[in-house]
Amino acid sequence: MYDINALYEANSVEQAVALRLEHPKAKIIAGGSDVLVQMREGKLAGSDLISIYMLDELRGVTLEGDGTIRIGSLTSFSHITKSPVIQAHINVLGEAVDMVGGPQVRNIGTIGGNTCNGVTSADSASTLMAYDAVIELTGPGGKRLVPIQEFYLKAGVVDLREGEIQTAILIRRESYEGYKGHYIKYAMRNAMDIATTGCSANVKLSEDKQTILDARIAYGVAGPVPMRAPSAEAAAKGQPVCAETVAAFGKAALDDVNPRTSWRASRELRLQLVEELAKRCLTEAIQRSGGDL
Amino acid sequence: MEHQTQYKLVKCTINGKKTENMVDVRASLTDMLRNDYRLTSVKKGCEVGECGACNVLIDGECFNSCIYLAIWADGKEIRTLEGLLGPNGELSDIQQAFVDETAVQCGFCTPGFIMTAVEILESGKEYTRDELRKLLSGHLCRCTGYENILNAVEKTMKRRLGKA
Repeated sequence: MYDINALYEANSVEQAVALRLEHPKAKIIAGGSDVLVQMREGKLAGSDLISIYMLDELRGVTLEGDGTIRIGSLTSFSHITKSPVIQAHINVLGEAVDMVGGPQVRNIGTIGGNTCNGVTSADSASTLMAYDAVIELTGPGGKRLVPIQEFYLKAGVVDLREGEIQTAILIRRESYEGYKGHYIKYAMRNAMDIATTGCSANVKLSEDKQTILDARIAYGVAGPVPMRAPSAEAAAKGQPVCAETVAAFGKAALDDVNPRTSWRASRELRLQLVEELAKRCLTEAIQRSGGDL
Repeated sequence: MEHQTQYKLVKCTINGKKTENMVDVRASLTDMLRNDYRLTSVKKGCEVGECGACNVLIDGECFNSCIYLAIWADGKEIRTLEGLLGPNGELSDIQQAFVDETAVQCGFCTPGFIMTAVEILESGKEYTRDELRKLLSGHLCRCTGYENILNAVEKTMKRRLGKA
């Protein structure tokens, strides 16, 4: 038994919004792999919950007419990895969420929950950031779109307003077309672990594969929320595909991050990871794009 | 404010049988399967989704039933280890393989492991040893060191695929 004070079940997005307005203090529960664990720990004991888990309309990955990839917020990690749309256009996201927890956790955990709980270590977040994902929120006034970088306000807090629920994550065609990416989760174990630091980078190369037209990189656990590294991106953009560019990219990332010392790892180790993972992710992304290093 | 116990009617299929039951909304699926249906292969281990002892199949996918609300089972098809037995209590091939390979010591993790193995085997795919390791990584076993469990799953997989 869980220490749930009251549970409200939504049978539609509309009803979820109404329940959110009616019970502003209630926590939203999607897959529950964070909420129920925190309830067991005591942190959320005695809370009211609004369950949106049964809203199948929020499941699935689709390719919209304009090429936007639409990921329903309740799509489980394992379904994202298996999705043909993800595999064809943004395979790195499928690979990243395939590193969350273990197989059972990936069947229950949702991408919406992963982003809405606002934690910096979320395996999906750095890749979503690195692909300029857009968060779709549905509230009493209809839909609101927020770039993922603005969605994260501070550690554990996201821009989810009164009466709103997250209904989808969108990745626009110009954000993924021509890009290839790579994600590295650095952790102590290969499964059932949380990233010490995670890094996701992607590139778009020139037709002759000699020049980096665009490079994007984002980290988890390099600061209080998932973050991009604009200095690193600037250091690689327009530069030739070579080892020097990769080295400069890794170095520049250090200007953007601010990791802390936690029981998992020291700031110093994380800084080393920030530079090293940037280089490895960029190298792999270049190779996946057909570049030679 | 005094707490009022809420109940919800949950209709689901458990090991092939249609069931319905009034469930306390605070119950986990583990609570429901053990207390209401006496399916005690579903173990209470960590109860926070780390150890895999409570693992069951829901619509063909593995879930830790300890962090799955019982009310979410409505309309679903649930399978537990008890559903693998033949009509006269015969062990299924994967269960027999666990016995033959000494993949069981204390036995507490075994039902969970076997249900994940069922999902793996029913995919009909052939996996490498490393892939199997990853697919089984949501389960903790403190006795066996995992090697015999991997052997049992790998051998059953090969046998079912006609490769052993």
